[in-house]
Amino acid sequence: MRNVFLFFKKYSIFIFFLLMQGVSLYVLITYNQFHHTLFDMFSSEVSGNVNFKVNKVESYFSLAKENEALRIQNAKLLSQQKTSFFSPNTSFNFIADSSTNDSGAVRSQFVYMPAKIISNSVYLQQNYLMLYRGSEQGILPNMAVVGTNGVIGTVINTSKNMSIVMSLLHRQSKLIAVLKKGSGLGEISWDGKNPAFLVLTKIPKTVVIKQGDTVITTPYSDRFPPSSPIGTVYEVGQDKETNTYILKIKTATDFFSIQHAYVVKNLLQNEMDELKSKIIRE
Amino acid sequence: MNLIAKNTIRFFFILFIQVFILNKIPPLHQFVVPYFYFLFILWLPFKTRRWVILLVGFLLGFTIDMFYKTPGLHTSASVLIAYLRPFVINLLLPKEATEWGNEEPNRVSMGALPYTTYVILLTILHNLYLIFLEWMQFGSFLYFLGKLIATSLVSLLLILISELLVNRRIRTR
Repeated sequence: MRNVFLFFKKYSIFIFFLLMQGVSLYVLITYNQFHHTLFDMFSSEVSGNVNFKVNKVESYFSLAKENEALRIQNAKLLSQQKTSFFSPNTSFNFIADSSTNDSGAVRSQFVYMPAKIISNSVYLQQNYLMLYRGSEQGILPNMAVVGTNGVIGTVINTSKNMSIVMSLLHRQSKLIAVLKKGSGLGEISWDGKNPAFLVLTKIPKTVVIKQGDTVITTPYSDRFPPSSPIGTVYEVGQDKETNTYILKIKTATDFFSIQHAYVVKNLLQNEMDELKSKIIRE
Repeated sequence: MNLIAKNTIRFFFILFIQVFILNKIPPLHQFVVPYFYFLFILWLPFKTRRWVILLVGFLLGFTIDMFYKTPGLHTSASVLIAYLRPFVINLLLPKEATEWGNEEPNRVSMGALPYTTYVILLTILHNLYLIFLEWMQFGSFLYFLGKLIATSLVSLLLILISELLVNRRIRTR
């Protein structure tokens, strides 16, 4: 028994070291599998508050760019307003039917919630954004995040007032995309080389692709609203081993200067999930 | 100044530079990532107890991880060099910890050559372990090797700059 104590006394520092290595490696390994770790709950509130204060100062530097983007979006929205449409018949007004039982009525599926981006990184291999809006303000994991110009990423975790978003600029981020022209279904990922460009793979060579073609989200996604812009084709590359392209995509979102984002809530999410789980059970 | 107060201020200063300045500088290439926060561990006084160094290393790495959103990655690397630091010092200058005063490792207290070896050795060990752990998750061997070399060179450059900029009140014995 005495020898056991002597052993522990002699190697106490080494055991302490092993313990700490163990803890950090455990957190590192489990983090990528389960997003809901204690680490996030704790860290996002602490680092979030610091980031928020620093961001207050930082946001002044990109005000002009941000303003420009918002103004363009405003113009787009204004032109879609009812008053912007010319109606040849002025004898009656257009009234939208709000009844949900009417088969002809339009029902909303996607709700946009504005959020301020308080921290953002683009130069690492795994980039995350932090939003100043959390579970208490209606944000849930797996919601889509879009900016004024296009897709930004997906919410992976929330705390009370903050949420963490996996940016498109993440080595493990994957997103299904289509070409705006209508053909070709591919996968968007990031090769970690340049934060201004993404990679689009798995589009067969039978599809004709030109430089400048727009890449958008699919209508099949249950998270992203259909046809949100992802980027434009910058360079067309051929994969020699398979029958597919490797396309270099210029991001629609300027990840260097984004300040605001919209978190998208799919009102039909629960219904879709239920339906899917039914199929899996059967 | 009180040793603890001085080191606490240094801790936050180094953290601020790493997180809010170095993290936001556009890199030349994906391999070139500026890491220099572990300089705090290298600059702890000689007489710091070993378990204190380990604890400080853990705390430093964990705080960096909170801002970089890479839980465990920087923590394990800085804990490793915190553990190895006393061995490296012992190897270069065989001396009892109590024989040192309040001195920190620097080019006068250790001598220019041993100090340079100490810094280079621990920098490479830190980056090796850090990039190895990152490589386990993604990337090719070329990515591992290229990033290790580029990152270590940038780290050493940053440490050299901080050596020149910060006057650590080096007294000759």
